[in-house]
Formats: sequence, C-alpha cells, structure tokens
Amino acid sequence: MEPSELKRSKDSPNLDESTRRLSFPDEVLERVLSLLKSHRDRSSVSLVCKDWYNAERWSRTHVFIGNCYSVSPEIVARRFPKIRSVTLKGKPRFSDFNLVPENWGADIHAWLVVFAAKYPFLEELRLKRMAISDESLEFLAVSFPNFKALSLLSCDGFSTNGLAAIATHCKNLTELDIQENGIDDKGGSWLSCFPESFTSLEVLNFANLSSDINFDALERLVGRCKSMRVLKLNRSVSLEQLQRLLVNAPQLAELGTGSFSEELTFRQCVELESALSNCKNMHTLSGLWDAKGIYLPALYPVCTHLTFLNLSYAALRSDELAKLLAHCPRLKRLWVLDTVEDKGLEAVGMNCPLLEELRVFPADLFDEEIIHGVTEAGFVAVSFGCPRLHYVLYFCCQMTNAAVATIVQNCPDFTHFRLCIMNPGQPDHITNEPMDEAFGAVVKTCTKLQRLSVSGRLTDLTFEYIGRYAKNLETLSVAFAGSSDWGMQCVMGGCSKLRKLEIRDCPFGNAALLSGLEKYESMRSLWMSACNVTMNGCRLLAREMPRLNVEVMKEDGSDDSQADKVYVYRSIAGPRRDAPPSVLTL
Amino acid sequence: MQGGGGGSESGSLSTVSREDNMVVSSEDSSCPDESELELGLGLCLGGFKMHQVSRGGQFARILTAKDFPSAISASPSPSSSSSSSSSSSSSSLSRANVTAGTKRTADSVAAANSSSQVVGWPPIRAYRMNSMVNQAKNQTTEGFNSTMENHKSETSTVEKGTTGISSYHNSGNAKLRKSLFVKVNMDGIPIGRKVDMNAHESYEKLAKTLEDMFLKTTPNVNPAGSRALELGMMNKLTRSSKLLDGSSDFVLTYEDKEGDWMLVGDVPWKMFLCSVKRLRIMRTSEATGLAPRLHERNCQRQRSKHI
Repeated sequence: MEPSELKRSKDSPNLDESTRRLSFPDEVLERVLSLLKSHRDRSSVSLVCKDWYNAERWSRTHVFIGNCYSVSPEIVARRFPKIRSVTLKGKPRFSDFNLVPENWGADIHAWLVVFAAKYPFLEELRLKRMAISDESLEFLAVSFPNFKALSLLSCDGFSTNGLAAIATHCKNLTELDIQENGIDDKGGSWLSCFPESFTSLEVLNFANLSSDINFDALERLVGRCKSMRVLKLNRSVSLEQLQRLLVNAPQLAELGTGSFSEELTFRQCVELESALSNCKNMHTLSGLWDAKGIYLPALYPVCTHLTFLNLSYAALRSDELAKLLAHCPRLKRLWVLDTVEDKGLEAVGMNCPLLEELRVFPADLFDEEIIHGVTEAGFVAVSFGCPRLHYVLYFCCQMTNAAVATIVQNCPDFTHFRLCIMNPGQPDHITNEPMDEAFGAVVKTCTKLQRLSVSGRLTDLTFEYIGRYAKNLETLSVAFAGSSDWGMQCVMGGCSKLRKLEIRDCPFGNAALLSGLEKYESMRSLWMSACNVTMNGCRLLAREMPRLNVEVMKEDGSDDSQADKVYVYRSIAGPRRDAPPSVLTL
Repeated sequence: MQGGGGGSESGSLSTVSREDNMVVSSEDSSCPDESELELGLGLCLGGFKMHQVSRGGQFARILTAKDFPSAISASPSPSSSSSSSSSSSSSSLSRANVTAGTKRTADSVAAANSSSQVVGWPPIRAYRMNSMVNQAKNQTTEGFNSTMENHKSETSTVEKGTTGISSYHNSGNAKLRKSLFVKVNMDGIPIGRKVDMNAHESYEKLAKTLEDMFLKTTPNVNPAGSRALELGMMNKLTRSSKLLDGSSDFVLTYEDKEGDWMLVGDVPWKMFLCSVKRLRIMRTSEATGLAPRLHERNCQRQRSKHI
C-alpha cells in the first residue's frame, strides 16, 4: 500500500473496520522497515504518520548521531528501544588541528551509563572525536555481554590499559579498530589479554600504537581467529613477522603491514612474496611504513586485485610508485605522500583508469632542504587518466586557475573536492590572480559536489560562485579567505543543502553570522574562529534562535568583546552542562 | 576605523550595537602599530594581510604562531585600505613563500619554520604529523645525522636477519629522520603548542625555540597588542630570557615515560629524547623546592661543561 493511501485511509472521515484492515499489521510494517538501512530514509519514513513513526522507531537497530550534543542519551533511548549499534561523533572537526581546548567535552561516559541501562544488548559502538577514558572502556567491557565491535577514530583520553580491559572482558568481540587517536601508549601488553579461548575477532586494527606487542601472542591470536578479514599492524611488527602471520591468515581482505624497511635475506623476500600471493581475497593494503622501494616487488602478486592502496606512510619516489602502480590496474582508491611528486602522479594517470579517490598528503612540512611536493601539473595528469575521479584531497604548494578548470572538465563527477594550497592566501602562481575562478569552475561543473574545501587567495567572488552554483553542497571548509561579510552571506543564502560550515581566519563578522539565522536549524553545525564575530553578535544569535546552542571559546587575555571561537549547533537537548570554564554557552 | 576601508563594514554592522564597532575602532586608532604589526607578521600570509586591511576596523584576533615569529620578513605598506591585492603584497608573498620549490636563505628558513607553525595549519591530523618521516631520497649519505641514531634505536626491535646479499643493502639510501612532536604547555596559557624534538640537537636549541614560541616578541611588537600577554605577563617575560639557567621566572620541565615530572637538563640530550613525553613551562614559584637550588645546579652544570 502506498504511504499516501495509508494516510488517506486514516484521515478519511468514513474510516471503518474494512478500511482499517487494509493497513499493515505493525509487525509486517516493522519487518519491512527493518530492511531500511539509510538514516535519511528512516528519517523520512518516520515523518509519514504516527504508525510509521512508531514502526520505524521499534525496528531501528542502528542510530547515527552526528553531534553528540544535539540530543541526549535519554532522549535517544526513549525513542529507540531496540538499538544494537551506535555511531557517535563529538568534537568539531577542527579539534583534529588543535583548535579546540583539550577539555572541551564530548565525553562518552554519560552515554554509556544510559546504554548500560537501556541497551544491555548493545553490540557496536563507533566513536569519532569523542573523549573516552580507561574507566569508560572498562565500564563498556563489563556492561555489555554481547558487545562485538569497537571503533575509535580521532578520539582521546584513553590509554592501552583501556584496550586491555576490552580484550580481557569482551568474549564476543569481532572488531577492535583503533585509528588515529590521541592514545596514551603505555605498552603492548594489552594484546596479550585476549584469552586463549577467544576466536571471534574479524577486524583488528592497532596501527595507531607504537609500542611493541608480544608477537607470539599476536601470532597465536591471528592463528585461531579463522574469520579474521582485516588486520592492520603497527610499526613494531617486522617484515619477517608479517610473513609468519600471513602464512596463517591467507583469508585476509585488508592488510596493514608493519614497518616495511628492515633488511631481508633473499630467501625471506621470496617467502614474503609467496605468503602474499596466497592472499587471494586481499583488496586493501596499507601501513608500509618507511617502505624501501626494493621490497615493493614482494607486493606485486597482491596488487592485481587491490582496490585500495594506502601509501600515505611510505615516502616513495616517483619511479618507485610508477613501478608499483604498473601492477595495480584495478585501483579505485589511492593515498600517497607528495614525495612521489608530479611524475609519480603522471604514473597514476597512466596506470589506474578506474581510480575514484586520490589523496595526496604532504610528507614533511619542516624540511629545511628543498621541498618539491606536488603542483598543479600532477593533479592535471591524474585528471586526464582517471575520468572516474570523484574524491580528491590534495595538499600542494602551488596551483593555477587554469589547471583546476582543466581538471574539472576532465572529471566532472566530483563529489568531494578538498584542495589545500599549503601557503595561506597564495594566489595563482602564474597569473597572480586570486583562485576565485578555480573554485568557480569546480562548483559550476561539478553539480554533484557535496563537500568542498577551499584555499589560496580568495575574494568574495569565490563565495558568490559557491552560493550560486553549489546546490548540493553539504560541507564547506574555509580558511584565510574572503574579503567581507558578503562572502559568507552568499553561502548562507545560496547553499540550500548546507549542513556543516567551518571557517577560520576570515573577515566575516556579525552580519555574516546573522545572515544564517534561518539556516542554522537545518544545519548540523557552524564553526567560526579567528573571524570578526563579537560576543554581542553571538548573544543576538542565541537570543533569536533558542533551539541553537551558541558556544564561544575565549582565549586568555583576548578582548572581552571578541568571540574568538564560535561553535553553533542545533540541539533538542538544550545547552550542555559539561562545558569547561573556557567555553561559554550563550 | 583604519583608513577609509571601513565604509562597508559599518554598514554591515548595523544590526548590532555600534558600541562594538566603536570599541574596536578606538582600540585601533590608539594602536596603529598593532595593525601594522599584524600586517608585518603576516610572513607568508601576504594575501591575508590585504584582507585584514580591507576589513576596516582591526580586531583582537586569536594569536597564532605568526604573532611570535623568530624572524620576520618586511611587510608591505599597510596604509592602503583598498581590498584589491596589489603587487607589493604579492611580491612579499613570493619572498616569504615557504612551500614553493625554491632554495631558501637562512632568513626564509626561519620564516618557513615559524609560518608552518600557524596553529592548525595545514589541516593535518596530529597523528599524521607525528608519523611523518622526513625522507629526502635524493640525498646522499651525508644526510645521516644524530637523529638517525634515534631512529635506529627505535627500530632495533624491527631489524632482524641482517646478513643478506649485498645488493639489498642500499646504504646510499634515504636519510631518515622522524619528527617527534611533543606538547608544550606554559602556565597561564591555556592553548599549548607542539615542538619537534628531533629538529633540535641540544637543550640550548630547544630552549631557544620555546622561548621564541612563548616568551619573546620582536622589537616591533607593541606589548598592548599582544592580547594573550596583556595581563602584565608581558613585562615579566621579556625581562627574563633563559629557561635553562634559572634566571627566568619560568622553568622548563618534562613528563617522562613513567609519568613523573622532571627538570629538563639533567640527562644527556639523546637520553632525554627517549624519555620525554611532553613539556611544561612551569612558574618557578610552583616548582617548589627547586627554585633556590636551580640557579646553583645550573651554574654547576655550566661550569662542568667548560671543563
């Protein structure tokens, strides 16, 4: 039955038994809706009518909360009684770059306490930019007997002791994924805490940690976890040890090697290559720390079916990359360091026609010698060879408007375009013009654009373009750009689908901030730091829009009237009560 | 309002109290040097400088590293209030350009190091920053420096089976120097910094960097403009200089691998690198029990160094 029919039958004044019998029994509706996975679909479904709202909330098993302060754990638990999997994001993204005070908040503990009471059968917890202590990890480990998957990305506040608690108590653990966190690494003994009887692990990622682990314990663990498909080692694991692990785990689909640089005998190289060639399911390869070019041929057998190659910790030269990529025809995602230079990127264009995602990270920002890095030429070369490219993150030392225009002409399907010209406010290096036309070309040509990060010298014109053309834009990051309030006003007025806006060091003031008054409730959040916004502007915003939380982070000794860092987000939980003294809620 | 560029600004601020604007502008008119200074400290933020001018009234910004530079390139004239970028700013840009592939003079190297210390820029996660390997594959073995030893000692557990066919021993290979970033906090300043320990070869170099980061300002700085230090710390700090010799109001301490807070300088530099987890510039008055002996001990150390 169509949703509209259902609604009509409910609203019809002639409602009688026969009409009501036409509606689905709740159980069937719930069953059908349980097949819906996307949160957005589920949100839409819940708005149809009360029955559907209820059916949806009873059938939902996974909840995604993009801002932990937008809602309270009690509200979540009240609405969704049957949750088994939770994804939570906490701090504003700029906390990754040290722009947010350390004790800002986003502590998971209050959530865990509610979950322990309301979701005792919780299985999965995925956290991003949350603060989590060892005590919380231990509480988690003992409170949920069915707990299966823990993923921590860019979190902080915990140490390897917390991991030991997880390993010790979570008898049904299938996933332990520790990525890029501010973890206090006290040693590798946590890994030895997995009991000998424990065999369920499918995903183990401890690449984040630096301490040595007990290799024997790891070898035994990998040996008995026959369903393991993702294994990402840390730097302390040697090539020789890697080979021993692979022999026992040919079923691996994703491998993060340890250090790839020690000296191997010829026989050891052959054995490594042989072990890798047995891994027929492997589609993702990462790690490769300090990779020495001479050992890369050991990877060739795996390269033929690789779809994701993460070389962002291996400082390869252009020739080394070229040789490797010649064996990777099916590559869809590639992350590299800019040590490969433009020549290396030419090789990408020549060898990887199926490429969809490219990320180029800077290798060393502090080298006193000549830095080469990548320029516009490399990006252009990739765009000619990889028409399917739709996701790019590119750190470069120079760019031109013409190059970007060519790039988007070759690759009009960009959904994520994140360009970082590393020198703030740098213009087109040939014409000395601002980079306005570059981003103008991006938004005009790439109609599917969802995420954009701009850089270089930019005037308000860039933002006029964005407001006028980027109709699907959801996330925008701006730094050291713009000329006046008008720039931000264009964005607030034009980008109807905007959800996240983060701005730093731009000349946008109160007028710009307040131009988005109507808009902020439809957005997840707004961040503005080192702009021209004042406390009065923020107070006005807070007063006009009571369902927004307006938080200001003040610096010691800064002018009382300046709002140094502003974070605005919608919330049905009201202002938060756990803010540290440096964060003012207006 | 600075120059004549404030016209559009005052119009756009009409929805909020004019007092805001007046407060800002009156501060500016009393501290013209400060706005000039902001421009002068732009380093490679040449384009940014022009934006600041065009904004009209200057404002109290969050101080970033560029406000405490160790070396500054000269600024273009700030008197123009036009928002269009002029050739003068572009030339200072290219002069101060730090990431182009050009050979650098000593000055610009210093500028490069401090400009790359703008807080949170480029936007790379701290984890990745710490993992960065400085490899200059084009370099010869002359690049092996003292920090290579550190790297070797850290990877000694990794290296096994060193006997091998000589063709695999490519000793003319990369210079490897990892960055070892540790947090530095200073009492009284809530936002900390990070410093690359491996970029320094000695305590003196480290102390100098930290002093540049936290204590010193250049002669051009108008103390009233340095917002973070406005509360009188400024005077105290510029008087003091050395963190190591006990003559400062502040003392440098570090947290070691066992979680204990120790005075920096007792052990050899390399040993220090292995055990340091983070640094704290502590008020001497809080380093209880150390203050009176500090000066003594440091004098002793300096004496023994000369032996």
